[in-house]
Amino acid sequence: MDLLQGWGEEIARGTLLTMQVAVLSLLVGLCWGMLGALAQMSPNRAVAAFGRGFSLVMRGTPELLVILIVYFGGTVALTKAVNLVVADFGFVEVPPLQAGVFALSLVFGGYAAEVLRGAWQSVPMGLIEAGQSLGLGPLVLFFKIRLPLLMRFALPGLGNNWISLIKDTSLISVVGLHELMGLSQMATSVTRQPFTFYMTAALIYLALTLTNTRLIAWMEGRLLRGERRSAA
Amino acid sequence: MNWSLMIESIPALLYGALVTVHLLALTLVFGAMLALPLGIAAARGRAPIRLPVMGYITFFRGTPLLVQVFLVYYGLSQFPAVRASFLWPVLREAWFCALLTLALHTAAYTANILRGAILAIPDGQREAALASGMRPYLIYRLVILPQALRIGLPAYGNEMISMMKATSLASTITIMELTGTANTIVARTYAPYEVFISAALIYLCIAFGLARFARAAEARLSRHMRPAVEAKEKFRSAPAHA
Repeated sequence: MDLLQGWGEEIARGTLLTMQVAVLSLLVGLCWGMLGALAQMSPNRAVAAFGRGFSLVMRGTPELLVILIVYFGGTVALTKAVNLVVADFGFVEVPPLQAGVFALSLVFGGYAAEVLRGAWQSVPMGLIEAGQSLGLGPLVLFFKIRLPLLMRFALPGLGNNWISLIKDTSLISVVGLHELMGLSQMATSVTRQPFTFYMTAALIYLALTLTNTRLIAWMEGRLLRGERRSAA
Repeated sequence: MNWSLMIESIPALLYGALVTVHLLALTLVFGAMLALPLGIAAARGRAPIRLPVMGYITFFRGTPLLVQVFLVYYGLSQFPAVRASFLWPVLREAWFCALLTLALHTAAYTANILRGAILAIPDGQREAALASGMRPYLIYRLVILPQALRIGLPAYGNEMISMMKATSLASTITIMELTGTANTIVARTYAPYEVFISAALIYLCIAFGLARFARAAEARLSRHMRPAVEAKEKFRSAPAHA
């Protein structure tokens, strides 16, 4: 790679880390999203308000600020905790990777909770009642009736949030993670060719988001195949 | 929690919020001005115009804003031609670069919303206008754009809020808006919770205001679609509350 002046391998490694961070945040974020959706639908008023508040805060606060809060806040909390146990231990830093994944998973969870709650409530009550009248147990009812429909309703929304999440992983470079964006910054400071490296990063991100958009469209098609008309 | 520190930092944070709102307002104005021709071109333009516009929209929607900000602020300086040009005194300014990138970014999203809205209007509307002898400019001004505005407004409300959050990235290129101010105070006081949470609360207030504004604009633009009965009902029940 002549254009990248030997940084090609580093950039490839950064891309891999970007994808790992994104997938990790997605998995943790889906857990927050499910908990958030369940909380929002809870009959307990306080729990429901907490669930709605969680989504509201995560959707109304800049992702960068959430990352900064988790990173610096986590570092202060961890330093205090360690120094309670070991006197004068000094400064303990939360690793940027963990802080970033935690922060982005919270943001994703805030958005996903809204999507999942909407999808859950979009499943017609009549279908559930029909299942009950057939004597299906709650587990069968969930996995055979509610979940397939819920996935169909939730996928477009979750897909959009997933694309945003991929792009938001670049923000973790601000607290010092050397993923695609962080490594591009490093390469820039050495080679003094900012345009080359930031454009390379941009094109890699573009490839990632475009392939994932295609992937989601394909999954949506798969989930909708029950609705498709047979060829006349 | 150190409450006195929280209160002490509020004036500086509010000043930062002012910068945020200022940046956001300019971004939205310039972004909308750019998005109008782009959105029309993306919806109805001929292929030689439409395809480059779609490429622009795809690039700005598919790459992280942080990369775009760095590409403009740091990247352009790589070319001697840019540094020698008369534009350099402006392109060197962080404030201008932040505004330029944010405007280009929101223009892509807004143009895409506008494109969807224009395509959602039944073609018969345009044909009817054409049949009654209207010129394209008049058709857009009187028939298509007013309806597209109403269709696109809910999505545009979300876009405004997401741009409000996006202004925080200006802090990465030295702009002292709300996040930048908060970050500086934290570096000095080392009290991340108090300062960042105050900043987050200010962001939430702005987001809340924007959401209210979008809802009010939506209600205003669709007032002809509200059933007349509802209005009467309101009128009738008014004395009871008074």
